Amino acid sequence: MRQTPLHPAHRAAGAKLVDFAGWEMPLHYGSQLEEHHAVRRDAGMFDTSHMLAIDVEGAGGRNFLRGALANDVARLQKPGKALYSCLLNEAGGVLDDLIAYFLREDLFRLIVNAGTAQKDLAWLEGLRAKHVPQLTLRPRRDLAMIAVQGPNAREKTWRALPDLRSASEPLGAFFGAQAGDVFIARTGYTGEDGFELLVPGPRAMATWNSLAQAGVRPCGLGARDTLRLEAGMNLYGQDMDETVTPLEAGLAWTVVLDEARDFVGKSALLSRKPERELTGLVLLGRGGVLRTHQKVHAANGTGAITSGGFSPTLEKSIALARLPAGRAPGSKVQVEVRDKKLEALVVQPPFVRRGKSLLPNS
Amino acid sequence: MNHPKDLKYTESHEWIRTEKDGTLTVGITDHAQDALGDLVFIELPEVGRKLAAEEACAVVESVKAASDVYAPVAGEVVAVNSAVAEAPGDLNKDPYASWLFRIKPVDGAGPAGLLDATAYEKGLA
Repeated sequence: MRQTPLHPAHRAAGAKLVDFAGWEMPLHYGSQLEEHHAVRRDAGMFDTSHMLAIDVEGAGGRNFLRGALANDVARLQKPGKALYSCLLNEAGGVLDDLIAYFLREDLFRLIVNAGTAQKDLAWLEGLRAKHVPQLTLRPRRDLAMIAVQGPNAREKTWRALPDLRSASEPLGAFFGAQAGDVFIARTGYTGEDGFELLVPGPRAMATWNSLAQAGVRPCGLGARDTLRLEAGMNLYGQDMDETVTPLEAGLAWTVVLDEARDFVGKSALLSRKPERELTGLVLLGRGGVLRTHQKVHAANGTGAITSGGFSPTLEKSIALARLPAGRAPGSKVQVEVRDKKLEALVVQPPFVRRGKSLLPNS
Repeated sequence: MNHPKDLKYTESHEWIRTEKDGTLTVGITDHAQDALGDLVFIELPEVGRKLAAEEACAVVESVKAASDVYAPVAGEVVAVNSAVAEAPGDLNKDPYASWLFRIKPVDGAGPAGLLDATAYEKGLA
């Protein structure tokens, strides 16, 4: 299995290590629930170095990405601004979801998922060679990534790494900036405020240890998953993949279908009306835990949970589920949980933002 | 990992304590709670339910997965620990205080054939 530059820190902290997309990563460091609460209430950090930064270097990067991504990087006008987008195949299926940063007109940076990184690179290389051959796509395996998240994440980051303060204090949400050899962005995957840091691999351990000394709690992939689920954020490979369009994955807001721009997958998206949609579910009563792949029975057909689990913040089981289109929030469905059928409420994600429940009547 | 010598064990990771009145108290082992991770839901059998040996009769669900708990012997459920169902995380803290249910074995069924701590731990290696 591959290891990130932070692997020695995980071992030293007694992490339970698991295989994630071929990388040996921390699942938790003792208690996934406590790590989850640390992020909602204080500050936690995640090793996300298994993800890949890809720099798009050279003239024409903007046009290249306007043709490659379902969201429109024309929206990125201020340097440092980030955009969430799907990368689609010709059939409109989701190859990956990513963040694109506009750094300079001749430099855009993409952050893609670990399990899809090689596929994405090959796909993007194909588009580049065909459409904008003078561009260079540079995978940045030299960079480690640390996400620091939580209501106190920014303050604790500055305490640990005072050199980053002047560059990062003015950053608005979804903006990043270069601070020496560190790239720091006000982004994340938890529904909390915080930063994501890209640091040179050899400096990753020192950065991690400084953050730990400032009281930022190391958190594993387990907490990362429950935090993103509460925040209503999709996990690639679970809530969407190449068989699903972004319109069927709750991501219509990330697709710009204006007439002036063509992009890979656009004609497929326009050619058919989505028959399925991604929705949130909250288990009513007690009786089990909603889990991925459980069958869901709605009044207008059946579907399945794509991500399910126990929400530590709400102390209820919640899920994302793909169901036939057209169920209203507030309606009820039946979920097959082990040998039982349990009632769940249809809600619009997110479930939690900034530490607070967004559920109706809560 | 803590697996007390005075208890018996199954290959499916239950621990069993024989009480003075001959009933058997059943829980899940330290190894089991560690492998499952933080527990968030526990379903216990009804008192009075008659169980066959190795019948699935309780469920423990963690942040990660759901897992069945099996009857170590044939018998009748005479008590359940509803406190642990209210606070599943207690089981992670002390899996031996956090028992799940108590069985009165049918005549002749006892804890014979169950593993001792050494044999159980050998099976984990």
